[in-house]
Formats: sequence, structure tokens, C-alpha cells
Amino acid sequence: MQKWGRSGGQGCNLDAPMLTASSSRRILAIWCTRLAIDRWRLLEGLAEGEGADAAPLALIAETAHGPRIVSVNAAGFAAGAKGGMMLADARTLCPALTVAPADPAGDLLFLEDLAVWAQRWGPWSALDPPDGVIVDVTGATHLFGGEAGLLADAHAALARRQLMVRLAIAPTAGAAWALAHHGPQDAILHPADDPAYRLGHLPVAALRLDDDTITLLKRLGLKRLEDLRGVHRDALVRRFRNRRSAAANPLIRMDQLLGLVPEPLLPVMATEAPMVQRRLMEPIRHRSLLDRVLADLTADMARALEGQALGARRLELGLWKVDNEVVVRRLEIAAPSRDPVHLAGLFGRKLEDVDAGFGIEMVRLRAAWTEPLALAQRDLESSAENHGTSLAACVDRLTVRLGSDAVRRPIARASHVPERAQRWQAPLDPEKTAQAEFEFHARPLKLLERPEPIAVIYETPDGLPKRFRWRNAAHDVLRAEGPERIAPEWWRERSTARLRDYYRIEDEQGRRYWIYRSGVWGDGRGGTPEWFLQGLWG
Amino acid sequence: MLQTRPDPGTPPEPTPELLSDTLSAAATLLPARAAEWRPGMPPEGTTHVEIFATGDSTTGTALALAFTLDHLRAAAADPLADTPDERAWLWVQDREAQRRTGQPYRPGLPRALRHRLIHVAARTAEDALFALEEGLRCRELAFVMGEITGNPRALDMTASRRLSLAAEKYGVPLWLVRLDAHRDLSSARQRWAVRAAASLEPRWNRAAPGEPSWQAELFRSRRHPPGTWTLRDIGRGTGRDTGQDTLVAEKARQLASVTG
Repeated sequence: MQKWGRSGGQGCNLDAPMLTASSSRRILAIWCTRLAIDRWRLLEGLAEGEGADAAPLALIAETAHGPRIVSVNAAGFAAGAKGGMMLADARTLCPALTVAPADPAGDLLFLEDLAVWAQRWGPWSALDPPDGVIVDVTGATHLFGGEAGLLADAHAALARRQLMVRLAIAPTAGAAWALAHHGPQDAILHPADDPAYRLGHLPVAALRLDDDTITLLKRLGLKRLEDLRGVHRDALVRRFRNRRSAAANPLIRMDQLLGLVPEPLLPVMATEAPMVQRRLMEPIRHRSLLDRVLADLTADMARALEGQALGARRLELGLWKVDNEVVVRRLEIAAPSRDPVHLAGLFGRKLEDVDAGFGIEMVRLRAAWTEPLALAQRDLESSAENHGTSLAACVDRLTVRLGSDAVRRPIARASHVPERAQRWQAPLDPEKTAQAEFEFHARPLKLLERPEPIAVIYETPDGLPKRFRWRNAAHDVLRAEGPERIAPEWWRERSTARLRDYYRIEDEQGRRYWIYRSGVWGDGRGGTPEWFLQGLWG
Repeated sequence: MLQTRPDPGTPPEPTPELLSDTLSAAATLLPARAAEWRPGMPPEGTTHVEIFATGDSTTGTALALAFTLDHLRAAAADPLADTPDERAWLWVQDREAQRRTGQPYRPGLPRALRHRLIHVAARTAEDALFALEEGLRCRELAFVMGEITGNPRALDMTASRRLSLAAEKYGVPLWLVRLDAHRDLSSARQRWAVRAAASLEPRWNRAAPGEPSWQAELFRSRRHPPGTWTLRDIGRGTGRDTGQDTLVAEKARQLASVTG
């Protein structure tokens, strides 16, 4: 499953409230009140209050100051334990408290699944971590017999999954969240209602603020949303003028709740990664058999991808061994492809160091990243024998053996500093359009990886070089041209970077070099100027 | 040894076209010299050329690029092609070659080639040979250039023969620059040894480096008798690209007679 979002306009124009289309939207907020405990119970296979759940239990996370409680079950809560307590404190209240480790990553994965599943009530859903889901049910409520019917249906469906939830429907995500967390059960805020009036009695925590801000508001005496409305807005704007993030600025949250500023949501999309696998009758231990299985798998994968007109960019090969170990090999290729022989050949190099141990009993191939690839002529490998391979296949083979950072192409970059005027990118990526390069300066054919210091005899303070020593060999400078002065780029470099005076020189044997003097006498950025050799001409 | 700069008032130097015309005319007159190598000759079959150079300058690479541009210009354009040949080219360097002579610098490459370069930074000579062979097997590459330092064990006669055969089979020219190497066995079709020579004085600034010159010795070739030439690169005198594809390998003057 992949999540991707559209970046919405984050225009927070506080002073000019604009009417958006949000007045006609209907948002359902689902809050799993005890997600961690419910998940633990489901994993243990227990019903509510049954077995281990009947005794006080807490899920804990290890922190720097010792174990801290993340969530407690009903019996634990009755005994006095609460989420956020240190475990030692809770044990003094309830010595019989048992513990289990919390699993926040698993909770998040569960929530992703839940968000996709919740699209049964509306076309878009978004995560509201750590324990909520938001569904856009605009125009879909009549399918469930109105909004009350939808809430009843959601309650029934979530109760079947044994999740304890609170639900609310409102015109904005902020209002729905506030009602679900702090409003009455199954609250519905109609478009005709005045949200400021209906939500006025909710505490300021209903604004989805972080803890510091809530504490600050409480200290200011602002405990309810209506208190916030009572204060003159300019005073609040001034008080929170340097709080940019929405979670720290109650005004932005309030405007989002009222629908005065848009609030972009990142929808969750379920994408299916094509996957093929082979379970083997006998565990295999030999490379030739594995190659055979791999060839079968890539052929299956080619068929699966061809059906969807896709080509793979990234493939993951999982090898399940008899002794419960999993070996995973990943492959990323330069252009989408589904050529089975090519893919199998690329994986072949990756499998050289696999230790089969007692044998491999299952092999699975998954295309984690795919791109559209129209149907094309097949059997490229045999034609490669006759006419040569394609560039993408060549790059793939080089990358698999040498690593992705070994195969690159140089790209021009807008900079005066020579080593910065070129950067490297993947060979088949498109080149961005850029301003034409400066052609009125001579540039060398090659640059050394980093400029090498040289000892130079020159006319101080800033004359032409006469003689220099590089790599233990002396060179007499017969001809020189320069200097070409390149000032440091103050917008990129530190203020202590020195200017460079570049000279194009030719020594007594006709070898041509590009050397520079770093700094000038008395520029206040260091002592004696140093010389470096940076480039070579042919 | 080289031609001196013409005094003001004398007619300008012959253009390369004029020069090659005179040379070809001379070739018809003297059949014995027809087999001699000269710039602008079409490549003999498919190219596998080795260029021996020292590791304290990038002379070998510059000469390989000059040869390449020379060949690209000499090759007849495909009459059926509706777009110019903009295929990429591969430049493979092993680790030591990168350390000694540096990495390619795009603003300094010939304008016709700079946007088509794919650079391969190999760690060892084995990896570099692998990359060279893969490049030769690729139909979408215009040519392949390699830089390998010394005489690694992996680059023996067999490996060299593999490269020659791949270059012949798939029709991709190979320019292999050997840095600081001695002349071992190889199956290259042409083998050159090159060192830098003093450049010509430029017209406007006598103190500045001028057009690059190379002392190049062709010591092994299938079709040409060996000899030594001073090659010069017209149009890159100031190191700037003057507009057109300007790298020209020119036979300035024959220094050694044909030795048979």
C-alpha cells in the first residue's frame, strides 16, 4: 500500500475570510478511542473483558526515564492506571498491573488498512495519526439512508471488528475531529448549523493543538472555544504571530474548523504491487535450481505486468529458507521493463552471495515500483545477441555490478565555482533545461576530484607563476594566461571562503594545467595564499 | 620543429579541407605513401585503438577525443536518417585513472559530445573491462572510451581480443587510453603512443598557451606503416569552443620516415 498526497493550497489568509466549497462537504471522523488495546486484544484473540483482558493490563514503551504506559485496558483504568504514566507510578496504585509492549508501527499499519477499508463510506479517506481516520462522505450518505444511517452502519461495521470508536460528521475535518473527540456520541453538524455556536462549549483541546499550546491557552484563561471567540482577534494574532505550524496556532486551527481556510488532506490510496511466488516441493540448495525458479518467476511476473501494461522499476526478491530466515534482494532498473530474461540476468548477479543454508522453500518476487509500459516487441535478449542491447539494459547491467553511483552523467549547474558548475545524475534521467553555459572562459577537459596543493614560485603578491612542484615533479611554466578571478559565492559559502585566481599554464613539455591561487595577500581571510592544481587540459 | 606562426602579410594557413585535398592528391601521385595514416581517413572497419600516455596529463584522452571527432566527421552521414546521430557515449575510468588525471568536466568537453556523455567510475580494472565490454555490446552507444592505468593482470591478450571482437561484432568503436603502461601484447587494430608537445604561439597573446599539439607515434597498425606525427588541434587553441565542432587532428609535419 502506498500513500501519496496532493499538495493543496495552504493559503492561510487570516484577515480575509473567504467562503470555500467546504460548506457543502461532509466529513466523517472516526476516532478509535483505544486503538492500541483493541489491537492487542485482537492479536490475542480475546473478546472484551475476557481472559487476560479481565485483569489490569498496560501497554508500555521504553523511554529514557524507564517504561512509560501508552495505553491501559478497562480493568487497568478502573484500578487507576492511565496512559502517559510511568509504569513505576502505576504499579504503586495497582501492584497487579501486567504489561505488554506497545507496537506503534503496527498500530500505524493497522490504521492504514483501516483507512483503506473505510473507503466503503466515501471515496477519499485520510490518516489522522495516531488513532483516527477521516473519510470524505460528501454525496455518499444517501446510500446508507442519510447521515444517521451512515453512522449506524459505521458503528455496526466497526463493532464487528471489535473496535471501540467515536464518530462524528461535520462540514470540515476540524469540526468533525472536535466533535468525535470531545462532542456527544454520533454528533452530526449540519451545514445550516452555526459551528461557532454548536462547538462553542468544547474545550480548546478540540482544536488539534499540541500540548504546549493547550497549556499556554489554559494559562491565558482560554478554556473553551467560545472563550477564544470572545478575545479580540488582533490580540490573538499578535500573541501567536510567530507560530507558523497549524498545530501550534489556535487561530489557524479555528479557521480550519470553521471552514474559513482550506485544509488539505493526504488521501490514502491502495495500490497493488504485482507479486508472484513459488512454493517448492523440496527445499532447494543449489544455484542452478534457484536460477530455474527465478526464470519461472520472472516469466510469471512478465505475464502479470503485461496484463496491466506496466513495467517494473523496482523488484524485491524474497527467499524464505527452511530455518525461518528470509533473504531479500532488491533491484532497481533504469527504465521500466518486463523482459524476463533481462530481469533474471540482473538478479543472477545479486544472488551470488546468498547462503542457502538448509534450503530455500519459497521464493517470492514483488514489483514494488511500477510504471506504465505499453506493449512492445518481445524477445529482446536474442536480438541483443545480434544487434546489441538497448541503452537501458546496458545501464542496468552496469549498475547492478558497479553500483548506482558509479554510472552517472554530468549535468551543468548554474555556478561560477568550477567544481560546483557540474553535478552528476542518473544516466537516463531527463536533463533539466538550464541557462546556456558561459562560453567565454576556457575550461579544462578534466577536473581532479579535489584540488591538489602545489608549491609555486611566483611573483608575489599576484604575479604569474614561474615554476611549480606537483606530485614530486618540478614543472617550469613556459606560458601562462591569467588570472581569471572567481569570487566565492557568498550565498552558498561561508564568509571565510577565499577568492581564486585561475591561471592556464603550459609547462616545458607542453602539458597544460589549470591552477589557482586561493586568496590574495591581505584579504583578511587567512595567511599566505595557497596554490592548487585543479584541472588538466589535453 | 613545428611550423612557425605565419608573419603578418603572408597568406593564411591552408584549411583542413584544402590540406586533406592536397594530401589525397599526393597520395595518388605516390602510391607508396597511399597507405600512410593521415587525419580524416575513414576508420578501418571497426576501431579498436589503444593510446599510451603518461598519467601526469590528460593528453591521451584529448587525443582520443580528437580522433573521435575526426572519425565522426569523416563518417558519411546516413542518407535515411532524419535526425542527427545523438547517441550517448560511454567513458569508463578505473579508480587510479580518476585519481591521477581527474574526472570529466562537462564545460570543457567538446560541444558535440558533452551532453551525450555517460561516465562509469569503476573501482578495479576488472570492473572497467566489464563496463567496456557491456558498452561495446550496446547498440545505442556512439563509441566507448576507456582509461585504464598500468598493466593489470586482467587486461591480457584474451581480454583485449574479447574487446576487439565485441567492437567488431556490434560496430561500436573503442578508444582505450593506457596510462603509465608499457607496451604489452594486445589485439588493438591501431596502437599509438602520445606525449604533449609545445603548443603553437597564439596570434593574440604570445605568453598564453596555444593550440594543443601532440607528438604521436603510431607503432602498430594493420593497414598503415608506423610513423611519428605532430598532431595539432585547430580551433581549440585558446581552450574555448569556438562554435562549430572544432577538434581537428591535423598532420602537421612528418618527423620520422617510414620504417617499414
